[in-house]
Amino acid sequence: MTDNVLLSVEDVVVDLPTPRGNLRAVDRVNLTLGAGQTLGVVGESGCGKTMLSRAILQLLPKKAKLSGRVRFDGEDLLRLPAEKLRQLRGRSLAVVFQDPMTSLNPVLTIGTQLIETLQEHLELDDAAATRRSVELLAAVGIPAPEQRLAQYPHQLSGGMRQRVAIAIALSCEPKLLIADEPTTALDVTIQAQILDLLAREQRRRHMAMIIITHDLGVVAGRTDEVAVMYAGRVVERAPTAALFKKMRMPYTEALLAALPRLDAAPHTPLPAISGRPPDPTRPLQGCSFAPRCRYAVARCRTEKPALEAAETSAHQFACFHPIEIREGAGA
Amino acid sequence: MMQQAVSAVSGEPLLTVDDLVVEYPVGQKIVHAVSGVSLQIARGETLGLVGESGCGKSTLGRAVLQLRRPTAGRVLFDGHDLTTMHGDALRKMRRRVQLIFQDPIASLNPRRKIGDIVAEPLVIAGVKDPEKRKQLVEEVLSAVGLDPAIVVGRLPHEFSGGQCQRICIARALILNPEFIVCDEPVSALDVSIRAQILNLLEEMKGRFGLTLLFIAHDLAVVKAVSDRVAVMYLGRLCEVGPSEQLFARPAHPYTALLIEAIPVPDPDIRPTESVPVGEPPSPIAPPSGCRFRTRCPRADARCSAEVPELRAVAPGQFAACHHPLI
Repeated sequence: MTDNVLLSVEDVVVDLPTPRGNLRAVDRVNLTLGAGQTLGVVGESGCGKTMLSRAILQLLPKKAKLSGRVRFDGEDLLRLPAEKLRQLRGRSLAVVFQDPMTSLNPVLTIGTQLIETLQEHLELDDAAATRRSVELLAAVGIPAPEQRLAQYPHQLSGGMRQRVAIAIALSCEPKLLIADEPTTALDVTIQAQILDLLAREQRRRHMAMIIITHDLGVVAGRTDEVAVMYAGRVVERAPTAALFKKMRMPYTEALLAALPRLDAAPHTPLPAISGRPPDPTRPLQGCSFAPRCRYAVARCRTEKPALEAAETSAHQFACFHPIEIREGAGA
Repeated sequence: MMQQAVSAVSGEPLLTVDDLVVEYPVGQKIVHAVSGVSLQIARGETLGLVGESGCGKSTLGRAVLQLRRPTAGRVLFDGHDLTTMHGDALRKMRRRVQLIFQDPIASLNPRRKIGDIVAEPLVIAGVKDPEKRKQLVEEVLSAVGLDPAIVVGRLPHEFSGGQCQRICIARALILNPEFIVCDEPVSALDVSIRAQILNLLEEMKGRFGLTLLFIAHDLAVVKAVSDRVAVMYLGRLCEVGPSEQLFARPAHPYTALLIEAIPVPDPDIRPTESVPVGEPPSPIAPPSGCRFRTRCPRADARCSAEVPELRAVAPGQFAACHHPLI
């Protein structure tokens, strides 16, 4: 799909020791992302999407065990010395988290935080760094940027704080921006503005982006490719248009169908997915969606389906009984 | 006068909110959380109340139940004015009204067993016979899809968010109420669980003959369960109307903006670059005239000078706008 691979994630496994036993948060995930491309990673809470992004960023909890390979811009991140990794993060590999209040330092001004990042990675004197900070704040749509430099995070609204977090992430012209639920904490009118902002800056900077979200609506119009995760694994992966045209994995289809839709009449019963995701400390032998899947047969409960492509090489799914014709998912 | 305008509901109103005002002090300043809201809910109806955070929708829900006493205005429930009721009279009336919260885990006492949590309203209501209480708890837990034999002896932390919300719904239903305020009941839940709880609420509404005020920020969720929808912005109602009609032909520019901002799970519908409409102003110093005017593409001088009243724009549909879209 892409000629120029920027990020490749190969057989990544993240294990977290818990009092109840080992929790496999990410289970043999493979992904590739080309320069300037956008990948959406979709899944519900606990599916491993955030742990996957932490694995790419090498920001996992200390006790986590990580195996596999993460190659970014020609470097093997898992083998990189800590110092080189620190240089990479923030410079060519940037991140925006869900809650800007926790990613911004509450006791430092916006200006200090921006200038610090710029001077850490780029050789800029104070005047140049200040000038660049003002430009960045203006670029992310913050009114009166000069005055904002002296303000603290608590003086800004949630939407403005997320704009500041984006400005910091963009400050060193990263090649890849990982946005982990960047709009989940925001109101819907602000969400639209932030998603537009991310899309605009991505195009302008020819930056690659991973949007991690629980909302299929967020990835639909704004990504090139989508990976759907369930119980630590990627269960379906396809170019966005192909995925929404024809979902093959029953979980993806069920997830879309369960979404209340504005074009449905009031009081239409929602096709809910029965049950809930499996306990990640007790891995199932077969397909982890089998207990909730209406197409499941005996084989699904004993054997784990691999993530494989069918007729088109780009559309992969992990299912023995994929959906042949799209049904019931609305249009 | 607004009261009449918004009373286009079929059947007798169970709840009438009349010019309700809720203000509270923050330091030296006053937060204008709810500023003159009037609405009616007919018996058996679900009224959806949507708006963004800080618009006053939760405060309105609480003021209706007198959990926060309104600054001015009346709340008539089945003909009784709750705002003038106190003590025993209010407590008796409260058995007929209930509240379901957003965070199901936080709204359950972590140290008490599920059986006791669900039975507590019965204890407060004076049902003294433990056998009778046990029987009612088992009935209501079964009704919300939980197995009483398994759940009654357990603690809240043993349950997922979706199951905790079922427990909260059971607790709200046990006194057989007529009216429930649901305040963001599914926004803390995952998509696959959300659909289960929405379906459950619909089922319970039919089975127990409930009337609902359903508060949420998600328009699609609200539409899924509501007969009529009220849109709130910065303490005031912008628009009220039958769900289908309101979403198909919004009259208020704010309703239109909300609908447009929802990400649609269909890549063929390219997201339109959103209008740069900025952020909502503070409810401490709301704009003069129409409170939405600072973000409204249609605003003119009249909008800052004159507060728009709710007026009929279509059968059953009312908008508070000087320049409605229809």
